[in-house]
Parts: sequence; structure tokens; C-alpha cells
Amino acid sequence: MHLPLTSQIINLLAALLLLLSFSMLTQRRILSLINLFALQGLTLTLAILVVAWSTGQHHLYYSAALTFVLKVLVLPGVLHRLIRKLNVKWDVETLINIPTTMLVGIALVILAFNVALPISQLAGTIAKSTLGIALACVLLAFLTMITRSKAVPQVIGFLAMENGLVFAATSATYGMPMVVEFGIALDVMVGMVILGVFFFQIRERFESLDIRHLEKMKDE
Amino acid sequence: MNWQLYLVLGTPLLGGILLALWGHKTWAADLNIAMSVGTFISAAALTAQIISAGPLITADEQFFVDSLNVFLVALTAFVSMTTSLFSRPYMRIELALGKLSDNRLRLFHSMYQLFIFTMLVVLLTNNLGILWVALEAATLTTVLLVSLYRTPASLEAAWKYFILCGVGIAQALFGTILLYSASQKVLGSGGGALLWTHLETAAGSLEPTVMSLAFVFLLVGYGTKVGLVPLHNWLPDAHAEGPTPVSAILSGLLLNVALYALLRCKVLVDGALQAPFASHLMMGFGLLSVVVAAFFLSKQKDVKRMFAYSSVEHMGLVTFAFGMGGPVANFAGLLHMTLHSLTKSAIFFAVGHAAQKTRTQIMDDIRGLIKVSPTVGWGLMLGSIAILGVPPFGVFASEFLILTTAMRLQPWATPFLLIALGVAFAAVFSKVQPMVFGETNAKRLPHPPALVPVFAHLAIVLALGFYIPPYLVDWYRVAAKLIG
Repeated sequence: MHLPLTSQIINLLAALLLLLSFSMLTQRRILSLINLFALQGLTLTLAILVVAWSTGQHHLYYSAALTFVLKVLVLPGVLHRLIRKLNVKWDVETLINIPTTMLVGIALVILAFNVALPISQLAGTIAKSTLGIALACVLLAFLTMITRSKAVPQVIGFLAMENGLVFAATSATYGMPMVVEFGIALDVMVGMVILGVFFFQIRERFESLDIRHLEKMKDE
Repeated sequence: MNWQLYLVLGTPLLGGILLALWGHKTWAADLNIAMSVGTFISAAALTAQIISAGPLITADEQFFVDSLNVFLVALTAFVSMTTSLFSRPYMRIELALGKLSDNRLRLFHSMYQLFIFTMLVVLLTNNLGILWVALEAATLTTVLLVSLYRTPASLEAAWKYFILCGVGIAQALFGTILLYSASQKVLGSGGGALLWTHLETAAGSLEPTVMSLAFVFLLVGYGTKVGLVPLHNWLPDAHAEGPTPVSAILSGLLLNVALYALLRCKVLVDGALQAPFASHLMMGFGLLSVVVAAFFLSKQKDVKRMFAYSSVEHMGLVTFAFGMGGPVANFAGLLHMTLHSLTKSAIFFAVGHAAQKTRTQIMDDIRGLIKVSPTVGWGLMLGSIAILGVPPFGVFASEFLILTTAMRLQPWATPFLLIALGVAFAAVFSKVQPMVFGETNAKRLPHPPALVPVFAHLAIVLALGFYIPPYLVDWYRVAAKLIG
């Protein structure tokens, strides 16, 4: 079966996104994690650009620009500044059981493909076959969040999840209406600012950014 | 011109900006009250207009008001007004006790108004995308409110709240994307395909498979904010660690608003599927919430946590009622939503002052409130009795309606509901009784407590138990019909 070149490129970029999600899942150094996140943002921008170019959906160019500015320039920049100020730049997290995490990740990908299958068949967009990958990225980012015990990687997982959602919107519907996309971007920005403030307060109170210190509150 | 609508949205937004600048002044609490009263008056004007002139679509179809959301707008504006009345003395006492600085007070006032603003946007918008954005913004403002005291426990609660609701609401965004992909085929791309009024007319031709999957994601997402079990983990922490006015509006308003978002989506899914898929899911989650929360009630030591679990229980009951559907169950659900809002916020007002008097939130250390302050003691006692569904309070009427409808439509669920309500009664009553009566350890407060809001709410709940005015009945009926 021969696919047009643009679809092939989109599929390639989608595969790259999935690969990056997996590498974020197992990356132990915070600095590398941020770089991977920036790279994921760049791949996402390229994917949106290719979809925009091949379908002639002009508002997707704005969406790509927004993604580029926010996910490649601003947020990684803010995160770099934060880890420098918090002195956690060279932190290495001890992740237990990377092989198990990977296996769970693979199971999630299979699940995502199965869930997305009926929708992909119905969607009429050029990137419809990648909806499964988008859902897989969301689920893998979620897994990244719950396997981490430090605050900064948790937030990166949260932002990666948002990347997956943007990709889902692009592949299923050629993006959301512009006003909604701006709203989402605004929420992400404000959320990031609040979290930045939070990091400092958590560290001030607990002298660490390890969320495991925060586990006193339980239902006895 | 729909000046009422713009006034409803503009007043709290303006309040948020003004209080961001001057929220630390001595008159900031009065400005907060003035803004909230202004919002309530505009909401009342909007309500009057909708009742006399019917549904309203305005601003390039971006805003949509019908009987269902105008009723919640009025409720939101009312409870936020009384909460602002309560927060004036409450925050003043907290300041005197040294729990807050001026800057924090400014943050509190500003975020309070912006929180009200975001909730009103959720209620009034016609665009399901904007609805999502505003609900996420509501999460962000409340994260700042929950962490206001900056204690380790409050930071933990806020972090948990942010992460759990963030993940939840991301699922809701995925659901919204799926919904958009289904509607795009019918309504064409562009802004129109996310407008609820367009979606509702085209609901019958939306792709059923995509819609049912979208609803699963939307239910998980918005259900996290409603506090449905097993997604409720953030709720007790956020309620217990935030300032009490925040607990009152979280329980009384935010949970309703999130449930409203879910209801709007349910209508679309029902229209597309012509099968009770969404209803079954909502009944399941609702019933589970009622039962689990009821059994957690008796284990609680912190008074605010206990009433937070009680909120989970009641939201579960309302979700179950809407899941059953039909005119009677929907009517009962809407009535219960109203009464729960009013009663629970009244309880939190009383609990807040009780905790200030005894300097603790641990129930074993709160004793004999009635001796030092009969009003706080009676407020807590009557509020608890009301929320437990004792006649003649209104909650009895709505719970009775939900139960009798359940017996008729879903008889299998009735024993679970009855057992859960019984367990909840035993748990809450046995804990509140010694807090109110007996020997005391409470101290006097540096400022007189706010009691008008407590008794105003309880009086309305009591009055609704005896007599629901005919125009209110009509209004609920029309709203119940909109949900289907």
C-alpha cells in the first residue's frame, strides 16, 4: 500500500513522538528530561506544520506557532531557570524497576490503539491513523507522572500529557477552534507560573522537592 | 442589549482586578462584599429577564442562558454573596490569630472574586471548549486559595488537588476533542461545532461510538471535579486545609458547577445514542460515591474532612438522581443540588467559627460549643440535622423524592441508598452531638462571628421543606425537562 509522502511524514513524526514519550518515561536526569520535553514540543510543531501544509488548514499554522513558542521556547526556558535556581540541575532520580515500567507502558500503548481504532476508522482526517499514538502519548505521560516522586518531573509529565492532547486534537479534528486553543495555552501558562511559585514553597517547607515527604495525609 | 449578562460576568472580574491591587486594605473585605452583592443583584436581574423572556443566546452565540443554567447562576451568586459576608469577620479573626499576612489576604480576596468569575463563565458559556478552559481556570484559582496558609499540610493538599484535577481535566479535554471530531462531521469545522445549542439540535446525527467514548473521558474528567468515588481523593484534603470560606464555596458551588458541565454533555450523548449508556454510568458512579463516602464518614477525625466526605455522598446522590433521569428524578436532583449548596455552606460557616473558638479542627477536642456560643452551637447542630435529611428541613423532601423514584425505577439500588443514608446519619450525628453539648474548652473570639449567613441559609432550607413556591416548582420543572 502506498501512502502519500505527507502522510508518511506525519506517521514518522507520530512514531517519533511515541518514542520520545517512552524515553521520558525512563529518563532519570531532570536536565535531560527537560531537553526531551523540548524535543517533543519541536516534533509536535513539525507534525502540526505538515498537517497544516498538506490540508491547507490555515488556523493550524497559528496553532503550530503557539506550540513552538510555548512548548519549545518558553516552558523549557522557564524549567531550566527553575532547576538552576532550585539547585536541582544535576539531580538524578532513582527509578525503581525500569523494565516493569516499560512493560506497563507497552500495555498502555496496545490499549490506546484498541480504544482509538473505531474512532480512527470514522475520522476523515489525513492523520487519522495517528490518533492511537496521541492517546498512547497521553497515557505514557500519565504513567511518567505517577512513577515519579519529585515535583519537577511530575510537572514535566503533566506538560507532556498536554502535548499528547494537542496532537490528538490535530490528528482527530485538525485542531480545536482558535479561541479554545488560546484558552488552553493561557491555562497552561498560568498553571506553570503557579507551580513555579509552589516549587519554592514546597522546598522551603520540606527542604526537598521530593513528594514522598508529602505523604502524611492519609485516611486512617 | 443584554446588560444583565455582562454585568454578571463583569462585576466579579472587576472585583478580582481591584482586589488584586487593594485587597490588603482594611476596607477590602467590604469591597469584596460589595462586589459579591453587585454580582447577586445582576444575577437576579438576569434571572428575572430569562423568566419573563425565555432563553437567551448572545454575543455571537458564545453565551447561552436557559432555565437550567440561570438557576445555577442565581444559586452561585447567592452563596458567593453570603460567603463573602461570612469571610469578612472570619478572615479578620484569622488575621488576629496570626495565621495570615496582608499579602495573603490580598491574594485571598482577589482569587475569591476570580473564582466566582470562572464559575459563572462555565455556567454561561455556550462553547464546550471555553467551558473546559474556564473550569481549568477555576482549578487554578482554587489551588492558590487552598494553599493560602502555606502550612505543610495545605501545600500538600494543594499539590494533590492540582495534580489530580489536572490529570482529570486533561481526560475531559480529550473527551471534548472526541466530541468535536464527531460534531465536525455534522456541523462542519469552525467554532460552530463546539457550540452547545448547535450540538443539541444535531445530537441525533452525531456518531454514537465516538460520542460514547467521549462521554467516558468526560465523565472521568469532570467527575474528578464533582468528587465522584474513586476520583474523590483530592476533595477531603482541599476542604480541610483551605480557609473555611473556600471550603464553603468548593462544596457549595464548584461541585455543582462541575456536575453541570457533565449534565450538558450527558444531554448530547443521550441524544446521539438513544440508549441509557450515560445514565447507567452516572448511576453506577453516583451509587458508589454514596456508599463509599458514607462508610468513610465514621472514620474521620477532622471536622472539615468529615463534612467534605458528606459532600461526596450528596453529590453522589445527585449524580445518581440525574442518572435515573425522567422529570421526577431530575426535579429531585436539582432541588437536592440547591439544598445541599445552602446547607453545606451554612455548616462550613458554623464549623469555621467553632474551629476558631477551640483553635483546632479535631472533633475530639471540640466540646460544648453551645455553652460559649449558643448561636454557633445551634448553627452546627441544626445544619447537621438538616444535611442528614431530618424533616422538616428541605433536604428530607429531596432525598425522599430521590428514594421513592429509585424504588419505582431502580429498585435494586434502594437498599444500598437506605443503608448508606442510615450509616451517614449515625456517623455524623454521633460526632456532632458531643461537639455541641457537654463541657467546654472554647475561647472567646477577637471579633464577633458572622451568624447571619448561617441562619439565613438554614431558614431557606427549612422554608423549602414546608413550602416550595409555585414559580420555583415551574422553574425546576422546565430545567428538569431540559436535562431529559
